Amino acid sequence: MSGPLVLGIESSCDETGVGIVRGHELLANEVASSVEQHVRYGGVVPEIASRAHLEAMRPALERALAAADVDLTELDGIAVTAGPGLMGALVVGLASAKALAASLNKPLYGLNHLVGHVAVDLLDHGPLPQPCAALLVSGGHTSLLLVGDITGDITELGSTIDDAAGEAYDKVARLLGLAYPGGPVIDRAAASGNPKAIAFPRGLTAQKDLVKHRFDYSFSGLKTAVSRWVETRRRDGEDVPVNDVAASFQEAVCDVLSAKAVDACEHLGVSDILIGGGVAANSRLRALLEQRTSARGITLRRPRPGLCTDNGAMMAVLGAEVMGRELRPSSLDIGADSGLPVSKVLV
Amino acid sequence: MSLTLAIDTSTDVRVGLAADGAVLASAAVTDPRAHAEQLMPLIGATLQGAARGLADVTQLVVGVGPGPFTGLRVGVVTAHTLAFALGVAVRGVCSLDVAAVAHARPAGHAGHARPAFSDGAGEFLVVSDARRHEVYWARYAADGSRLAGPFVGPATELPDLPVTGPGATLAGGTSTPLDGGLLALAGSDLPDAGLSPLYLRRPDAAVPTTRKSTLLQPRLGPGLKR
Ligand SMILES: [Zn+2]
Repeated sequence: MSGPLVLGIESSCDETGVGIVRGHELLANEVASSVEQHVRYGGVVPEIASRAHLEAMRPALERALAAADVDLTELDGIAVTAGPGLMGALVVGLASAKALAASLNKPLYGLNHLVGHVAVDLLDHGPLPQPCAALLVSGGHTSLLLVGDITGDITELGSTIDDAAGEAYDKVARLLGLAYPGGPVIDRAAASGNPKAIAFPRGLTAQKDLVKHRFDYSFSGLKTAVSRWVETRRRDGEDVPVNDVAASFQEAVCDVLSAKAVDACEHLGVSDILIGGGVAANSRLRALLEQRTSARGITLRRPRPGLCTDNGAMMAVLGAEVMGRELRPSSLDIGADSGLPVSKVLV
Repeated sequence: MSLTLAIDTSTDVRVGLAADGAVLASAAVTDPRAHAEQLMPLIGATLQGAARGLADVTQLVVGVGPGPFTGLRVGVVTAHTLAFALGVAVRGVCSLDVAAVAHARPAGHAGHARPAFSDGAGEFLVVSDARRHEVYWARYAADGSRLAGPFVGPATELPDLPVTGPGATLAGGTSTPLDGGLLALAGSDLPDAGLSPLYLRRPDAAVPTTRKSTLLQPRLGPGLKR
């Protein structure tokens, strides 16, 4: 089995990714992250991320080609994230991809970042059953998708109506005096805490909310509830049980994430669900999803952790799928779209 | 055959070609918010108009600003990537220097710079729009060599000298757009400004301070637990 040799570029947030695939075979996955530069701000600063993308782009291209042992002229196509994401960050990758495509005289594919998170699992577990559900959770997105054909038939079942789940982790971590990014540190603290210690609210799970928002998420109410609980304890001069707060917060997030995902599968009669995004590495989310999917005979797919977070290989493999179906390449005058809808896989 | 491709996105989108000491083409897309969309198509069209292709390019020159960041980066990353893919050298120059050359060597006097006077006569400023009611600027001798800058600051605080450049109207002068063809022609003689953008401003980012309380109630006295 071979397939087109595609180089993919990703720069929608704070990772500069360049990946190379041949069909479903991963040849290189180089990622330069600017996360360290954002730590003191407690969140991604778009201008800092954009500056870092520019500095990292050429070295990442060179490293990826060396790792794959591929010459530029051998490439069949160039794939790149066209959106959604941070505008100033997206255009760095997009401009670089256009320059590569033009100078090599190879087709350009401007692609949807969210769909890339789904496509990347092709590298680990082969073709996706159709249809299949996908739960994408990171610092930038929280989306529940119904995936038919990965190159053009994708429906958003639901998404967050306020903060992304990863953002809620970052904010709660800061409140508890823990480091940024919040996901791994809260996961660690939660390991020795009691998830039932505090009953934090589960967003959009009340009967009245389910009518309109059955598959949508909300984390801002949860974040405020945690903040109020912690501040009340501090005001009263009591210790804050960091591990219990972390475990109870994490339980509230992962409970809703997994419950709605499983509900969507059952409602639509879908027997496979894939998880992606940085939060897919969270131990509690994985455990809850495993427990709830296996209880209902649903198959859970998860790419290896290095492919769950933002990277260029995910765009490359989506590009290879698009090329395999002989869809028309993108024009060299496409722009980046920070709010690109998931229904638009190829720009 | 040498062929120099010049790129500048510090204002709008500017492209130029020069070969053997002569300008072959100078092109622009004047929409200041379409850098990512328009740069590569403009490069393609400009080369085609001169009956050349990217494979013929032997050297790249890129204006590294100063200029609004997002658009500026499009030109710089495009130049970096083209240089890498084509295997040619790339040189970064200060974008304001090109306007200075245009001023010091007006059309019809190509190659003959105005003489520099030792008493400072003939000095001028090149100004471009930095938004937020500020300008990017640098100070030049009569022969077009940069004496100071580039800087960013209010247009009202500039030295009292004649102004030129793409943002000259902001400082009481007449604006002259950057010329891509001149950049291609003069680029290799201009001072090397490195290959990173001349940002001149720090990123907008605030280190979080004490968070606002989510407790709306007035603080209860000690011992008055709810
Ligand atoms: Zn992502």
